[in-house]
Amino acid sequence: MTNELRLVEAIRQTLDEEMARDESMVVYGEDVGVNGGVFRATQALRDEYPDRVYDTPVAEAAIIGLGVGLGAYGMTPVAEIQFASFAYQGFHQIQQHAARMRSRTRGTLNVPMTVRMPYGGGIRALELHSESFEAGYAHIPGLKVVIPSNPADAKGLLASAIRDPDPVMFLEPTRLYRAMRESVPEGDHTVPLSEAAVVREGEDATAVAWGGMVPETLSAVEASDASVEVVDLRTASPMDSATIVESVRKTGRCVVVHEAPRTGGLAAEVVARINDDALYHLEAPVERVTGYDVPFPLFAREDAYRPDSERIRRGIERVLSA
Amino acid sequence: MAEFSVEYVQALGEDGAVDEDEAPELDDESLRETYRLMKLSRRADERAVALQRRGELGTYAPGIGQEAAQVGSALALGESEWMVPSFRESAAYLARGTPVHRLLWYALGMEEGAEVAGSNFPPSIPVGSQSLHAAGLGWAQEMAESDEATICYFGDGATSEGDVYEAMNVAGVLDAHTVFFCQNNQYAISTPRRIQTRTETLAQKAVSAGIEGIQVDGNDVLGVRAVTQDALAKAREGDPVLIEALTYRRSMHTTSDDPTVYRTEDEEEEWGTRDPIERFERHLLETDVLDGESIAAIEGEIEETLADEIDLAKAGREEVDPAEMFDYVFAEMPPELRRQKEEWKSENERGGKEEGFERDE
Repeated sequence: MTNELRLVEAIRQTLDEEMARDESMVVYGEDVGVNGGVFRATQALRDEYPDRVYDTPVAEAAIIGLGVGLGAYGMTPVAEIQFASFAYQGFHQIQQHAARMRSRTRGTLNVPMTVRMPYGGGIRALELHSESFEAGYAHIPGLKVVIPSNPADAKGLLASAIRDPDPVMFLEPTRLYRAMRESVPEGDHTVPLSEAAVVREGEDATAVAWGGMVPETLSAVEASDASVEVVDLRTASPMDSATIVESVRKTGRCVVVHEAPRTGGLAAEVVARINDDALYHLEAPVERVTGYDVPFPLFAREDAYRPDSERIRRGIERVLSA
Repeated sequence: MAEFSVEYVQALGEDGAVDEDEAPELDDESLRETYRLMKLSRRADERAVALQRRGELGTYAPGIGQEAAQVGSALALGESEWMVPSFRESAAYLARGTPVHRLLWYALGMEEGAEVAGSNFPPSIPVGSQSLHAAGLGWAQEMAESDEATICYFGDGATSEGDVYEAMNVAGVLDAHTVFFCQNNQYAISTPRRIQTRTETLAQKAVSAGIEGIQVDGNDVLGVRAVTQDALAKAREGDPVLIEALTYRRSMHTTSDDPTVYRTEDEEEEWGTRDPIERFERHLLETDVLDGESIAAIEGEIEETLADEIDLAKAGREEVDPAEMFDYVFAEMPPELRRQKEEWKSENERGGKEEGFERDE
């Protein structure tokens, strides 16, 4: 059985089902209760679970730090940071505590927390509501970074994240919250973390993308005459290199796409892993199609910043003609 | 307009007088155990500093002078209740039954010393950040309708951190079962209390979070015990409390610090006359709970314990396997990490432990 859902509806449904499944799960964050979240990802959840859905004060460090304590007590904390760009106010709790607790206590204390947060541009939002910081989180050992690109994966990945015994940053692309309605499996549905998906098979080149860039990449590929394989990374860290390497060994050409700034972005890591395990299969330098090394601009200029299908198509043409 | 006042509690005065209204009811055995733990902590700190000076220990943060604040408060906590420390809580750990060698392991740079045993959090290095974990534990206790509570330690400097305010504020809103125990030891490394904040007391920081704040003489172990017992009783019902224990860090911030740069000998001597162990010892002698003989017996036992524990710590250091740093990052080791571990092993264990791999410095 499947259900036609938008991505944000799939998130909401998953939270509901996971709360039913796990009585120790607590959902909390700014405006997630009465208001149902500013994107409605927790709509009406509090009506169903009045004792397990909480509005918190506007305090991001607290939202993350509380989860460390809740987890230690045996609860399953699922926190929402209202916009990813505000997670910096709690960044120290992620980096200094949540991510390293298992390691520094040699496995005697873990943080089974999921931090959900809307990220990325393309919705004409206010300043500091559009950043993509997945590379920053991926640079923190002990942290998992998961980014769905469609409703079915949103459900399956979020269920896996919530059930995972380690801290997961779950980045939800705001641009895709309501962009498509797709079939989502009903009932228990999980997608394993750290497994990329080949969402379109091809022979001539590989395009690697994640989150909000996957639909843009797919539409670029559809506009191209070449046969391009598209890999949806799905988990930014720990990264599934094997799927990328296997595809690039087959195609010999690769484009990596992301919204974040180019320097130090995750594309650099993808290129390095190709370098490790598929260099001699390459027929062209790997191309990066990314945001620029500028602070994410206000929305009058966001279309100029954010890769779209045309920019991605040109990137694909460059690797094919190299 | 809201008005507030801050109560100050002292049960055992510097002159040895006991305020019976404030003192907790403790039998002689409990009083002797309190004394023993304070002495054990003092001697463990002294031995640790000496080991560091001989190059046998890494950086260490002694709590000398703060034994009453820590032992008095930690003993008020139930065994399965949670203790969330900062990085100077050796005395509190010892009062919670943590063996000395585990504290030394942490100072030997070993994660083994931060393993969680019982309901004690590992040490927290970033100032004040652990207060939010204690708020989370206290909130979990409230949601679980538990009749238990959590105590969190931090210092005067931490009260300037946003995390501590956030922790007290959310604890208030969420009815967390949390006692925030601030040891005002007068210094944040070199920065004296008077330029940490313009507020007259640190206890009044509670007012802005809508929770109760109280001051206690932190060098009075009986007063600390009583105030903490009361605070825990309130916290167990969902009313968090901030305690400010007025004490003095008689030693250095850490073994890397030289306090003579920023404070005077006169000041140190003045606080020396208020030493928490000496005050309590005088009281126990005057009330015949202890005599010279029993004190000597306790001291002898402590020296034996410390000798054994230091041996255990050193033996554990010899067992450290560096490759284990890869093992606890995630519940399951990802392929890339497995690869890095193999890389490390192939570069460091070629030819076995006899050649190419030094286990000790």
